[in-house]
Amino acid sequence: MTTPPLQINSLNVSYHSKLVLWDVGVSIQPGRTTAIVGPNGAGKSTLLKAALGLIPASSGDISFYGGPLRKCRSRVAYVPQRESVDWDFPVNARDVVAMGLYRRIGWCLPVRSIHRRMADEALADVGMADFACRQISQLSGGQQQRVFLARALAQKADLYLMDEPFASVDAATEQAILAVLERIKNAGGTVVCVHHDLETVAQYFDDAVLLNMRIVAQGPVIDVMTPENLRKTYGARLALVDELETNLSSSIPARK
Amino acid sequence: MAYPTLENVLRILTLQDHNTRIVLAGACAFGVAAGLVGAFLLLRKRSLLGDTLGHATLPGVAIGFLIAYGTGIDPRSFLPLALGATLTSVAGIAALLLIRRFSTIKDDAALAIVLSVFFGFGVALLSAIQQLPGGFASGLEHLIYGSAATMSSTDTSFVLVSSLCIAVICIALFKEFSLLCFDEPYARSSGWPATALDLLLMSLVVWTTVVGIQTVGILLVVALLVIPPASARFWCDGMGAMATVSALCGGLSCLFGVFLSALFPKWPTGALIVLSAGAIFAAGLVFGPTRGILIRSIRTRREELKLRRDHMLRAVFECAENSSESVPLSQLLTKRPWSRRHVTSEIARLADRGLLTFSLSNDSVQLTTTGLSEARRLVRNHRLWELYLIQHAEIAPAHVDRDADRIEHVLSLRIVEELEDILDQRPHDRLVPRDPEKSHL
Amino acid sequence: MIWTELDTWIVIAGALTAMSCALPGVFLQLNKQSMLGDAISHAVLPGIAIAFLLSGSKDTLPMLAGALAAGVLTAILSGTIQRIGQVEQGASLGVVFCVFFAVGILLVRVAADHVDLDPSCVLFGSLELAVIQSSGIPKVVWTSLITLAVNSVLVALFFKELRLSAFDNRYAASAGIPPESVRLGLTILTSITSVMAFESIGSILVIAMLIVPGATALLFCRSVGSVLFASLGFAALASAGGHLLAISTIPAMLSYLLDNPDIGSVSSAGMMATCAGLMFFSILLGKILSKPRGASVTQVDTQ
Repeated sequence: MTTPPLQINSLNVSYHSKLVLWDVGVSIQPGRTTAIVGPNGAGKSTLLKAALGLIPASSGDISFYGGPLRKCRSRVAYVPQRESVDWDFPVNARDVVAMGLYRRIGWCLPVRSIHRRMADEALADVGMADFACRQISQLSGGQQQRVFLARALAQKADLYLMDEPFASVDAATEQAILAVLERIKNAGGTVVCVHHDLETVAQYFDDAVLLNMRIVAQGPVIDVMTPENLRKTYGARLALVDELETNLSSSIPARK
Repeated sequence: MAYPTLENVLRILTLQDHNTRIVLAGACAFGVAAGLVGAFLLLRKRSLLGDTLGHATLPGVAIGFLIAYGTGIDPRSFLPLALGATLTSVAGIAALLLIRRFSTIKDDAALAIVLSVFFGFGVALLSAIQQLPGGFASGLEHLIYGSAATMSSTDTSFVLVSSLCIAVICIALFKEFSLLCFDEPYARSSGWPATALDLLLMSLVVWTTVVGIQTVGILLVVALLVIPPASARFWCDGMGAMATVSALCGGLSCLFGVFLSALFPKWPTGALIVLSAGAIFAAGLVFGPTRGILIRSIRTRREELKLRRDHMLRAVFECAENSSESVPLSQLLTKRPWSRRHVTSEIARLADRGLLTFSLSNDSVQLTTTGLSEARRLVRNHRLWELYLIQHAEIAPAHVDRDADRIEHVLSLRIVEELEDILDQRPHDRLVPRDPEKSHL
Repeated sequence: MIWTELDTWIVIAGALTAMSCALPGVFLQLNKQSMLGDAISHAVLPGIAIAFLLSGSKDTLPMLAGALAAGVLTAILSGTIQRIGQVEQGASLGVVFCVFFAVGILLVRVAADHVDLDPSCVLFGSLELAVIQSSGIPKVVWTSLITLAVNSVLVALFFKELRLSAFDNRYAASAGIPPESVRLGLTILTSITSVMAFESIGSILVIAMLIVPGATALLFCRSVGSVLFASLGFAALASAGGHLLAISTIPAMLSYLLDNPDIGSVSSAGMMATCAGLMFFSILLGKILSKPRGASVTQVDTQ
């Protein structure tokens, strides 16, 4: 059996002395796309950030490809939430994408034309080739999201961790992101997405992790996205779950 | 007040004074270094960090002085004061990081806390020093008001070397610092030591501050860290350009300030440098080509005029039903809620540009060939945009002037073709004019 | 150490001033305008110099008016530059107060041709000198008492508007409370409070007391009301503690270290600021140390 790209065991995270993740264990399968699903405040983004060491974990262990993250940094790419940065920053789309290459360029060396070309290729992969020179504040929300995605693609990683890439984007961006996910998968890469939209989980992803401070269920979408599991994840918000039940039962069999 | 004679002006401008040369070299080097460091501070939204650290050096200077006094060294010698200043501003940084890491206090409040508490302690220690026999206190006072004009050549070489080091570090780590400022979590996730970079950046601020306070005074340090980068943002859009312009503004402010104070020896150099920086800022605020007020209002005005032109062309086009028939003004007036005055002035403008002709005899307008093809393009663009917004439920791309940008330039060719197909499939829909450029081929 | 009537007045005047600063300061901090106090303390200089040049005297009233005008202008101008120039808040404030201060220094230097106007008397007004009076209650106590009373009444009257616009200014605007005017009112109130205190007591106490007591309260208080009351308490406590340090501990320490018994009490205002900081940082440290560590969390999970 191959080593999972990301393996998390009994992870605990607390924020301002409030427990956010509780004994979380996740195993991500290689070559598949996985959605992390759960209600607001369930700790979805926290899980990604803790895995990447961006916020300190109280306890637990995390391994990327069977080792610590620092041994395989270049194989892991992170796409933060769009809101996490100031889009008024004086850079253009190409500059942002080139940031994905900074590690490869190395300390103190400048970005050269070969890197700019690589950045342009990554932009073309998300359908943004025409926008390379545009100031990032003049891009729409969906285009900004695609720039972030291109930055991760430029890294040419094997595992992509994306924080809400589908949040409030337009249809064109949604299509572009889906195409990228497909392409990564075909090349043997692995994708983990924090996802908020229950209805599209089954269409977009292979696996799902249901999370509400602790893991409710994980595995292939068909097995995981059951009404019972959803009820456990979303608790009292039954109306929502009932409504989804009908949608899910129609959407899941439709997929093979 | 005595005005300088022409001879004097020439003498100063040709740098014949040894003193002017020294002050100029020191101040300009410092201005460039501060401008560079300040650019990163501004983008990290910590412009006033220099202000805080500048104030935080006061207790350090006092402590250095007291230790030197207690151990019998000349208390006004440079080293103990600089060491003390470095020590307390580093402590200030530690306090800031502590607050940031362990509380929900906002950054600006943390800056104010560290500033006031450290400065308060400094004031208390200074009041003790004032009571010491020997009247040393007056020597410390120039730290607060600056004394760039009294820079000695030792001071200058110290400032030159430090500024050079600071500038070299900023340039060498330009890409790393930019990434840190833009997206710290990403920098961290891709393996950059973000905390160490952050500390390094802050150490550069400490270095700048300590160097500056010893030579040019606290006010000048704060001003040169804050004003040039803020001015630079009016002039350019890219990170590299911004840092360059910021360094340039810093150097220029110092150049002007030093020349002015050489011309008017009574006026304090520091204040003149700050005022030069302020003047550059004001010029940028008004005339800056990327964010200046003037350019933005011109742009708004131009867009407004263009929009009015486009509306008028489209109205005439629709009335004439895709031909160059003449359209009576009365029909235009019923078509849109426009006043007669608006319509006539607008028509005059369009006629000037040869887009349409106006005949007084029957009070009607007629599109010229250029006007017709321009109107076709506009209507086509407009309809395609409308359709695009409906079809793709897109959150409209911000900052796109929908009528001005040709749809092909904003959307991919595939989407445009798809949209054109949809329009063709809808016989009830008003005919979309073909792309006039294609029809010429 | 000998505690005299003077010491009592110093503590009272300091506490009253500190409390009158703490009230608007809490809202300044919630509005992310914490550096305004420092900015105003520098920016009043040209106002004072112009008032002096125009009136030709060192009377309090014209100087106060000049300082006030400069303070309010700083707040308005930096807000305007921030808005129309799209400059970040801290930077626009920095630009304005640096330029103002430079103009002030220039004017003072020009004025110095005629008469001696020492800028440091404006920035380091002395609490110790302010309370010296032959008999009765010192004037500074009355002025600071009046400032405190006015501030308390205003904050009480506009409490809900201030709180709402600090918390969510878009909602406040939709609810008919224009955040611009609330913010303007707040900055004017801050300017008045600061300038009143600069004149008698000096700037450092003001800069510190605008922010530090409120920040200390924010470390553990959950509601704006409790923050206000706690910050009043901290402000008073810091004044008393600071003066005590200034007249006993610090001089004693320095005399011992320097082997020089001549050092009397040090600046009370400076030590009051220091004391407020000591309280803030000790509470912060206490919070950090009492925080549940990783070990305890694991125990919960293994149950």
